[in-house]
Amino acid sequence: MSNPDSTAVSFSSVSRVFGEVRAVDNVSFDVGEGEFFSMLGPSGSGKTTCLRLIAGFEQPDAGRILVHGRNVEGVPPYERDVNTVFQDYALFPHMTVYENVAYGLMIRKVPSAERRRRAEEMLEMVKLAGMGERKPSQLSGGQRQRVALARALINHPSVLLLDEPLGALDLKLREQMQDELKSLQRRVGITFIYVTHDQGEALAMSDRLAVFNHGRIEQIGAPGEIYEHPATAFVAGFVGVSNLCEGALAQRLAGSTRPFAIRPEKISMLPASGAAPDGAVTVLGKVSAATYLGSTTRFVVALEGGGELTVVRQNSGGSLSVTPGDGVRLCWSRALMQPLQGPAK
Amino acid sequence: MTAAARPTPLQRLSSLLYLHPRLLLLLLLAPPLLWLGVIYLGSLFALLLQSFYYIDPFSGTIVREFSLSTYRELFTAANADIFLRTVLMAAAVTVAAAIIAFPVAYYMVRHASLKMKALLFLGVMLPLWSSYLVRVYAWKLLLAKEGIVTWFAEQLHLTWLLDAILAIPVIGGPSLSISYIGTFLVFLYIWLPFMILPIVAALERVPRSLTEASADLGARPGQTFRKVVFPLAVPGVVAGSIFTFSLTLGDYIIPRIVGNSRPFIGLAIYQLQGVAGNIPLAAAFTVVPIVVMAVYLVIARRMGAFSAL
Repeated sequence: MSNPDSTAVSFSSVSRVFGEVRAVDNVSFDVGEGEFFSMLGPSGSGKTTCLRLIAGFEQPDAGRILVHGRNVEGVPPYERDVNTVFQDYALFPHMTVYENVAYGLMIRKVPSAERRRRAEEMLEMVKLAGMGERKPSQLSGGQRQRVALARALINHPSVLLLDEPLGALDLKLREQMQDELKSLQRRVGITFIYVTHDQGEALAMSDRLAVFNHGRIEQIGAPGEIYEHPATAFVAGFVGVSNLCEGALAQRLAGSTRPFAIRPEKISMLPASGAAPDGAVTVLGKVSAATYLGSTTRFVVALEGGGELTVVRQNSGGSLSVTPGDGVRLCWSRALMQPLQGPAK
Repeated sequence: MTAAARPTPLQRLSSLLYLHPRLLLLLLLAPPLLWLGVIYLGSLFALLLQSFYYIDPFSGTIVREFSLSTYRELFTAANADIFLRTVLMAAAVTVAAAIIAFPVAYYMVRHASLKMKALLFLGVMLPLWSSYLVRVYAWKLLLAKEGIVTWFAEQLHLTWLLDAILAIPVIGGPSLSISYIGTFLVFLYIWLPFMILPIVAALERVPRSLTEASADLGARPGQTFRKVVFPLAVPGVVAGSIFTFSLTLGDYIIPRIVGNSRPFIGLAIYQLQGVAGNIPLAAAFTVVPIVVMAVYLVIARRMGAFSAL
């Protein structure tokens, strides 16, 4: 990302303050050309404000934002080469689907024949061919979402901003749309900046993601990197599930009070009498709860000497049958423990 | 506590109503339906019926027989003048009210702080709390030749301007309080809240994300207003215009107090049924505003005013 020509969006030390609240607090990051970049975080973490800063609906109180190398300070939204897919879709209720999609072209005074041709092309791309004459109120949630996408993409923006576009859809449709969005992004080659609070979505779709908390970025990296090597306790807890160990427990398990995280699926469960491989961290405990989750089962194990760990195991059959009350030996490779910066929360 | 306490009559009643929602609906709707159906619409039809009776020209009594002679009497040149005058005044008041109300409503919804908004609401509603008659008479004094408007024009050395305005044929007159301009100003003042409030309600239903989406797609603020905000506010403007238009059509007090005492529809009806005792013609006169409003609503519908509802 060091080559300025290939940077689509660049934040340097950007802050946005609302009264007492530092919604975005000294945030810096670069998004590469053609990248699928996600901003992940809980509500109120500043991710949507960052998106609005790129779109131009908000102006930064400090710092600098570049879009394709151009400083966008004071540039209104209608002069920026970016388009947004809104969380509530924001389709114009008094216009037909076709008029909605062609809105950007109509504003730029594209001749009406070309407008119609391109709008129909777009509707075809989002699989809504033949729906052009309907009103948004006659569409389902998923269809509205596609119209919003077509309306933004028809302008060939250099960057497409998506604000939790799948948030209002049900689970099945959401998974289907995730795949469609991802393949669409590959086809059109436009930089996507995607805001979501759903860590699964961010991991599944992104080339890279930034994890936001309290207006700051906790970590930026590829999905695998974020999941396998969370830098902070917040990331370890927010992206996937982690066992966070600190203080005396960390001392006992790892030999240092420095906090660390271990993923539940990385922990092997053996009979209490079983022998752990050489060099592995090992601890005895008693299963206090087992929750059947379909493809996996989640166990909570109370450790000897205090503390507890969560263990997740595939229900692949043939493995050790464990019920609450059983004594077990837990073990994992030392390399799978992820040391964390700062205190665990 | 006993396990099966006997239900009280009140509890039994609420259970009955809960299990029979249609009965509850019927009970709730009966009074308003009776009022609307029998008293309100019934009296309107009785009125319409009256317009098909006629006055015997010799005895001056009402002949209760079906006849169109009252309508023949209605469409004379003198009465056509009254219709034209009233409709033009109502249209002028409506257009002016919409032009003044829209920016006020827009400011209230889009820009004003909560406190400012409450203050503006109070400002819009406050005049409605005082007597209509008092306000109209107050305006007569304000607009009179010896009134504050004339005085103000003198202080600003703008008497020539006031004189020029009053010298305009037809709508001018000896003073503001004795001219169509004066009648227009008072109508505008009295009915303005009825235009502001529906527009506020309509604008409040336009989510901010729609204007942001429009800007995002390249529309300048002026374009966003023309293509998105205004079309979505039109139902509010139409609702407001129905108020201002129909209220002006029917009013008979303002033109009597402020203006050149040429008759408006309301005034004509008042005089026909009071002084002249010609109930059929008065009834026929009231049909005119009903027809005008019906035509207005059909045109508004044709123009798509309700399509964004």
